[in-house]
Amino acid sequence: MSTQTEGQPPAEEATTEEQSDEPTGDRDPETDTTTYTLEVYRGDGEDGELVTYDVPIQAGMVLLDALHWIQANRQPDLAVRWNCKSGRCGSCSMEIDGMPSLSCMKRMSEYDADTPIRVTPMRAFPVVKDLVCDVSWNYEVNAEIEPFTPAPDADFTFYQPDVERSREFRRCIECFLCQDVCHVLREHDKKDAYAGPRYLVRSAGLHFHPEDTADRTEWMKEDAGVGYCNITHCCSDVCPEDIEITDNAIIPQKERVVDEYYDPLAQIKRKLSDVWS
Amino acid sequence: MSESIDTHELDVLVIGAGGAGLSAAISAAERDVSVGVVCKSLLGKAHTVMAEGGIAAALGNVAPADDWKSHFLDTMKGGWGLNDPRMAEIHAKESPERVRTLQEWGALFDRTDDGKISQRPFGGHRYDRLAHVGDRTGLEMIRTLQDKTVAEGIDVYQECTTTHLLLDGDQVAGALGVWRDDGSPILFRSKAVILATGGLGQCYRITSNSWEYTADGHAMALRAGAALVDMAFVQFHPTGMVWPKSVQGTLVTEGVRGEGGILLNSEDERFMFDYVPDAYEGSVAPTVEEADRWVAGDRDARPPPELLTRDVVARAILSEVSAGRGSPHGGVFLDIANQRSTEYIQEKLPAMVHQFRELAEIDITEDPMEVFPTCHYMMGGIRVDPETQETAVPGLYASGEVAGGLHGANRLGGNSLSDLLVFGNRAGHAAGDRAEGMDTFPPIDDEDVTNKLNSLEAPFEREDGTDPYALHAELQTVMEEYVGIMRDDDRLTTGIERLEDLAERAANTATDGSRAYNPGWEKCFAVRHLVEAGLAIAHAARERTESRGAHTRIDYPEPDEELERVEFAISLVGGEIDIAREAVPAPREELREMLQADTGEEETQ
Ligand SMILES: Cc1cc2nc3c(=O)[nH]c(=O)nc-3n(C[C@H](O)[C@H](O)[C@H](O)COP(=O)(O)OP(=O)(O)OC[C@H]3O[C@@H](n4cnc5c(N)ncnc54)[C@H](O)[C@@H]3O)c2cc1C
Ligand code: SF4
Ligand code: SF4
Ligand code: FES
Repeated sequence: MSTQTEGQPPAEEATTEEQSDEPTGDRDPETDTTTYTLEVYRGDGEDGELVTYDVPIQAGMVLLDALHWIQANRQPDLAVRWNCKSGRCGSCSMEIDGMPSLSCMKRMSEYDADTPIRVTPMRAFPVVKDLVCDVSWNYEVNAEIEPFTPAPDADFTFYQPDVERSREFRRCIECFLCQDVCHVLREHDKKDAYAGPRYLVRSAGLHFHPEDTADRTEWMKEDAGVGYCNITHCCSDVCPEDIEITDNAIIPQKERVVDEYYDPLAQIKRKLSDVWS
Repeated sequence: MSESIDTHELDVLVIGAGGAGLSAAISAAERDVSVGVVCKSLLGKAHTVMAEGGIAAALGNVAPADDWKSHFLDTMKGGWGLNDPRMAEIHAKESPERVRTLQEWGALFDRTDDGKISQRPFGGHRYDRLAHVGDRTGLEMIRTLQDKTVAEGIDVYQECTTTHLLLDGDQVAGALGVWRDDGSPILFRSKAVILATGGLGQCYRITSNSWEYTADGHAMALRAGAALVDMAFVQFHPTGMVWPKSVQGTLVTEGVRGEGGILLNSEDERFMFDYVPDAYEGSVAPTVEEADRWVAGDRDARPPPELLTRDVVARAILSEVSAGRGSPHGGVFLDIANQRSTEYIQEKLPAMVHQFRELAEIDITEDPMEVFPTCHYMMGGIRVDPETQETAVPGLYASGEVAGGLHGANRLGGNSLSDLLVFGNRAGHAAGDRAEGMDTFPPIDDEDVTNKLNSLEAPFEREDGTDPYALHAELQTVMEEYVGIMRDDDRLTTGIERLEDLAERAANTATDGSRAYNPGWEKCFAVRHLVEAGLAIAHAARERTESRGAHTRIDYPEPDEELERVEFAISLVGGEIDIAREAVPAPREELREMLQADTGEEETQ
């Protein structure tokens, strides 16, 4: 479905390298395991293939556990990122049957043991190795956003409802799944023009901070390219923190850009302030 | 040789990008020096991100009577008096200011009704003291520090593993490491190095700690000539998940009990009332009725026994399970569903609701959780100077979980995040001052660098070396069985023998594949560090012939007065482990009087 991103090899047909004696999907009462088949991308940015592994799965195991089993028992150099194993750090992002997901939060019982599960790296970013991508572009975008800027005399007295307005956006665990799924970045590779949903979430989090005074509207229009978003909601759908990215972060910021740049009164004000500054 | 290596000159090198490392980097950058931070994972993914409950600081926003003295006394009491008193004093005095600074950098804490930073109760703290952000305090903290680091223009070397410290004589000269993405070496030349590498929980099988916690800082410091103290004290957090097996050990925040959650055995008994130690008699509620009043917000009542310190609660759970009163999957029940409304639980503990729903298919607003102790935190660590955090190696500093001294025999919840802010800041300033005062970088010994690089490469060349994954699993089993929660001389002696054997094999690991992003290769050096740390723990535990705080000896079940002010310092002498019995620094006069006068009760105003 998606076009190719630079440094991302096309997913090829699976080659079978690992076969255990147990038939796929079988339940082994002795070890209390069921065998699942995983087709895992192995390779770097230039060259790679899907390799099939049969993995014994116990009740409650998540997809990341299956990958760890492969590391410990079949492929010690299989590259995969993880840290918390509880959906808090946003490290273990990848695509499972093409769906951008946190692998530590995907229970194996969600999948059918008789159908191979395809595990590939995020597609919007160049592959470093196996399931690990080069996500450094995201950090570069982040560095361009004007940081939190309180007034010099801010006294930091504010109330819980003030906090709540920003809280949703500050839940972001920087998993970059929204960046991965957004077609502007994924299919059109507009990384030079569009900052992507994660960074509109970040600027919303800053904007709604009760003590922040910075105006990021120009950044939003010129650098972040908020106009590229055509409100498909795909980002909101994949966000593991259930942030309403499109409705609560992007649309209000689009409106602010419109107000400031296309509202004639605001335009005059801006011109005047340009003259005076 | 070293000319051909990717070499960076940084006045101050910070190893670790958790709360301690980032605080240190930001503070060092306030001086006129160049600063860089290296970390094994991506920026923002360090352990600190996982902290849930909050940051302990005597702000006095909720309990106006709270002050640094109470915080100091609670910390000392929680640590069974073994804490370095000067560190505990500095920590208690400076944490409020550090929390306010974090707020000025943009951290959005939950609020009180009058618009200040709200504070919640936690085990061992006599007042409501933890500044928090729901149950995602660590996320807010790391994001704030990360943004500040970026805004200050500090260089970040992410996914870069340091493996060796470099010395010039006895002073630090830099560090050597590998870029994880392609496996190529990287060399840092520095005037000061701050270790902020966190803990060593990967020593144990059931742990709340991630793959990063492999004692790298402990091992590097030992080899450079620094000492480790208080290594017997490994904190087993009382409430880790027990089921499903694959998430065994994942943390259930103490915040659940802080918000009113209770512990029950299979006979539906609220057993914690039976496990109140003498030292805490009179400072916890003796009845359910009084405990309920406390949970409802009545601060004239005393807190429930579920909020006793972690060592006490962990041992109680272990005793209940051993006595056959455990839950179906071998833990005990933690119930909040019957204590609080669904809305309340969802508002106060959203991450826990999510974690149990997604990983265990349990709705904690309806049903109890099953919990059992999990390896969580290392109280011990590198010995540092309380004022500057400098180690015995000139120019080498340590702060955060990797440093020892503040927590004594047991850490209070919330005292880690404040530790990171207070001592990260101090280490940063001290390292910055040192670097400012030096004109040139200490020289690097090329031959030493070559040897170290060769040792890193060796696992690729060995034909039939040890499999690092299997070795790691074996280490975890040995530690659980012989150096676990319940210890005795026999077990520890066997444990040391097994660990010595593991150490030999850990020096002889093999791997294959390419150098690029190769976790098998990375495990070859990590497992060596873990075995060394395991040995330090086992030796310190065998020497400590008493039970105190997190260290429980079945053969010496009581605290020994003789050991009350004694610490065991572990160092490497000629490559061999050396254990020295030393006196803990005495508290200065004012502190000593405070300690003597303290009854542990709240002041009535
Ligand atoms: C689930 C959980 C919940 C917790 N909740 C609380 C709480 O509510 N309150 C509280 O006070 N404490 C809490 N703690 C404890 C606290 O979070 C940690 O002790 C603390 O975050 C440690 O911070 P640190 O800066 O020392 O290390 P970390 O945040 O762990 O950072 C270590 C850094 O060092 C880097 N590193 C390690 N080795 C190397 C190497 N060889 N080369 C380069 N970089 C390296 C890592 O990549 C990482 O960046 C909790 C801990 C856990 C696990
Ligand atoms: S709503 Fe906008 S940002 Fe989100 S996926 Fe669609 S185009 Fe991208
Ligand atoms: S907004 Fe959601 S999907 Fe995007 S990076 Fe943050 S947590 Fe991930
Ligand atoms: S490992 Fe942290 S989100 Fe999956």
